[in-house]
Amino acid sequence: MSPLNIQQGSTSHSAYDLRDPNGDVIEQHTLAVLVDNESGVLARVIGLFSGRGYNIDSLTVAEVDHEGKRSRITIVTRGTPQVIVQIKAQLGRIVPVHEVHDLTVEGPSVQRELALFKVAGKGDARIEALRLAEIFRANVVDSTLESFVFEMTGTPEKIDAFADLMRPLGLREIARTGVAALSRGA
Amino acid sequence: MTQGKTGAMASTGTLGNTGARTMTGAEMVVQAMKDQGVEVIFGYPGGAVLPIYDAIFQQNDIRHVMVRHEQGAVHMAEGYARSTGKPGVVLVTSGPGATNAVTGLTDALMDSIPLVVFTGQVPTFMIGTDGFQEADTVGITRPCTKHNWLVKDTANLSEVIHQAFHVATHGRPGPVLIDIPKDVQFATAEYMPPQKAKVSHYQPKLKGDIEAITRMVEMMETAERPVFYTGGGVINSGPAASQLLREFVEATGFPITSTLMGLGCYPASGDKWLGMLGMHGTYEANLCMHGCDLMLNIGARFDDRITGRIADFSPNSAKVHVDIDASSLNKVIRVDVPILGDVGHVLEDALRLWKARGRKVNKPALAKWWKQIAEWRAINCLDYKNSATVIKPQYALQRLEALTKGMDRYITTEVGQHQMWAAQFLGFEDPNRWMTSGGLGTMGYGLPASIGVQIAHPDALVINVAGEASWLMNMQEMSTAMQFRAPAKQFILNNERLGMVRQWQQLLHGERYSQSWSESLPDFVKLAEAFGCKGIKVSDPKDLDDAIMEMIRYDGPVIFDCLVEKHENCFPMIPSGKPHNEMLLGDADTKGAIGAKGAVLV
Repeated sequence: MSPLNIQQGSTSHSAYDLRDPNGDVIEQHTLAVLVDNESGVLARVIGLFSGRGYNIDSLTVAEVDHEGKRSRITIVTRGTPQVIVQIKAQLGRIVPVHEVHDLTVEGPSVQRELALFKVAGKGDARIEALRLAEIFRANVVDSTLESFVFEMTGTPEKIDAFADLMRPLGLREIARTGVAALSRGA
Repeated sequence: MTQGKTGAMASTGTLGNTGARTMTGAEMVVQAMKDQGVEVIFGYPGGAVLPIYDAIFQQNDIRHVMVRHEQGAVHMAEGYARSTGKPGVVLVTSGPGATNAVTGLTDALMDSIPLVVFTGQVPTFMIGTDGFQEADTVGITRPCTKHNWLVKDTANLSEVIHQAFHVATHGRPGPVLIDIPKDVQFATAEYMPPQKAKVSHYQPKLKGDIEAITRMVEMMETAERPVFYTGGGVINSGPAASQLLREFVEATGFPITSTLMGLGCYPASGDKWLGMLGMHGTYEANLCMHGCDLMLNIGARFDDRITGRIADFSPNSAKVHVDIDASSLNKVIRVDVPILGDVGHVLEDALRLWKARGRKVNKPALAKWWKQIAEWRAINCLDYKNSATVIKPQYALQRLEALTKGMDRYITTEVGQHQMWAAQFLGFEDPNRWMTSGGLGTMGYGLPASIGVQIAHPDALVINVAGEASWLMNMQEMSTAMQFRAPAKQFILNNERLGMVRQWQQLLHGERYSQSWSESLPDFVKLAEAFGCKGIKVSDPKDLDDAIMEMIRYDGPVIFDCLVEKHENCFPMIPSGKPHNEMLLGDADTKGAIGAKGAVLV
C-alpha cells in the first residue's frame, strides 16, 4: 500500500477529530473543564481564549468539589472543527486543568441556563406577560404594581424565545447565568 | 525530558537535618534548589529578595552568577539549560526585576526551554496597594510561562518549588515562575523534601499509541520519497532520542533535514543530512519537503518559517507527526498520523517494530529519490561570490568552522542574517551544541546565552556568532563574563547594518532603508579594553585565519570585530507567502519576488 492511499485521519483510538480537514463550517460546542480551584485559574482559561483569538459565547464557573478544591468551568465556544480541537488541546495543557470534555461530541447532554427578566407594564401587557410566563414555566420572584421579575431555567434557545416575547411587553433587563451542562446517563 | 537526580540532601547551615525541619521561606528556596540538584543560579538582588540573598550568602553549595540586567540572567539560564539538559534557574527581584525577565521567559516558552524563575514580591499585606516595586508578576507572566505560582503561605513554599521543577522539566519543557512575597520569605514553616511533593496530576504521556506507531512503520516500509523532518523536540527528549534517530536514519537510508532548533540531533557530516530546511534552508531540504510522499515530523511543530504558504505545503505527502504536546498536533498542518508521546519513547517503539517486521524499505524507489536529491544538491545552493578584498560573512563562518571543527565547541547566536548563515555554514555533530533564539527571535540573546553555556562548560570553546546590532542589545553582560571568568568569544559579523531588516527592505520596500543602519557604533576593540578583555578587529580576508586563531587561543573573553560586506543578502530564501518550490537562490531572482499578499507576512 502506498502511503498516498492512506485515508485522512488517525487510528481508531486517537483522541483527535477526524472530520473533513477542509471543513470551515463554524460549529458551536459546549466544553466542560474541571480545574483546581486555585487563584488565577479562570484568568488562565480566559487568557487562552483572548490570547489565541477564540470565541466565548458563554462561560460559567463555580466550585463543585469543596474538599477536592475542584471547580467546573462550562464554556460555550464556536469555531471550525480544527479550531475546536485546538481549543481542547490548549485547555488540556494548562497545568491546573484536570479534564476537558466536549459535551457536544461525547454523546447526549443536558444544557440549562438560568435567567432573570424584569418586565414593566400596566394593563393588558402586564396580564399577557404573566400569562406567557406561566406557559414558559417561569416563576415570579419579585413583583410591584408595575413590574415583575421572572425567573426561568431552560435551554438558551428557550430563554431567547421568552425574551423575544417579553420585549414588546415591557422587557427592561435580563440577567443570564450562562450555560451549565452535564452529559446524560450514568 | 525527565528531571534527573534530586541531589544529595544537604543540611542548611543553621538547621539540623534530622526529622522535620523548620526553616524560613528564604532558606527553603535555597534548600529546595539544593535538593533539586541546582548548582548555579543567575540573578540580580533587590529589596523584595533580600532574605533569599541572605540565605545564599550563608551557604557555599549553590553558585550565584551576578548579572548586569535581568534579561541577561534569563538568557544565561537558557544557554545553561540548552547546553546541559538541566533546568536553568533565575532569581530576580519584584517589579522591574520581574518585568525585565519577561522577554527571556517568552523566549524560553517559544523554544521549550526548562527554566525555574524566582521573583520577589512586596509583602502579602501590601499586594494590590501599588507598593514600591510592586507589579502583578503572575498576571504579567501568565501568558509567557508554562505555569506560575504566587505563594502566599510559607507552609506551601517548598512543595510549590518542587512542583515547579517538575512542571518545567516534564512534558514539553518550558519556563515556570514562582512569585514569593517578602513576608513569606521571612516566615518559618516545615520544609517538605522533593519526594513528598505532590506532582501526580501533571504526568504527560510518554509512550505513543502503538497502533499509530505501527501505521507509521507500515508507511515507512512502502514510501517512495520519504523524509525525516526533525526539530527541537529530539534535543529536548535527551541524548538517547538523538541516538535512536541516528540509528533509524542509518538503517532506513532515508534523507533527514531539521529545523533551526533541531540542529545537531543528526550529525551534519552524515551522508543522509540535507541541511536545515525552511525560509533560509537548503534547496535540497526544501524540495525534499515539497516533493516527498511521506513526511516524518519528529518533534518539530510546522512553524511558519518552515511551511511557507500553508496551502502549498508538501501537497502530495502523507504526514506523520510525533509530538509530546497535543496542541501541536493538527494545529497548522493536518497530519495523517498524529502520535502523542515523547520522541525518544516513540522512536524506540518504532525502531523495534520496524526491525521486527523485517527491516523493509522500498529500495528501488529510495535509490531514485536519492538520485533526485543528488541533482538538487548539485545546485550548490549555499554558493556565494567570494571576494579577495572584503570579508564575506559566509566566508568568515566557513573559516570559523574549518578552524574550530573537532574542538569541544558550543555555538550561540543573536538573531538575523548572521544567525541564518551560522545555521547554514557551521556543522553540528551532537545535540545541545547549538543555542539560538528560534521561535521568538530575540536580538540580544546570544551574548548572555554564551556566558550561561560557558558557566556550564568552563573548559569548552564557546562562541557567540553575532551581528553588531543584536550584540549591542545586551553588551552590558561582558562585565558578567569578566567577573565570572567566562571566556566566551564574541564573533561579531559587523556590516554596520541591521542586515535582515535591510534585506527585507531591499526585497519588499523599494530599497528604502528606513532606520536599518548602525550609526555611531562603538570601537569594539576599545570597548573590549574598557571591559578588560581582548578586542580583535579584522577587515582583510587574508588576516582572517590568524585573527580567528588568536581569538581561540586567548585565555579570556574576546570581542571579535569582523568587518564584513555590508550589503550581502542571505540566500537561499523562500519569500514570505511562497511555497517551498519557489525559492530564491541569489540576488538575480529577487526582482518582484514578494507579492502584496506576501508583504503582510512577517
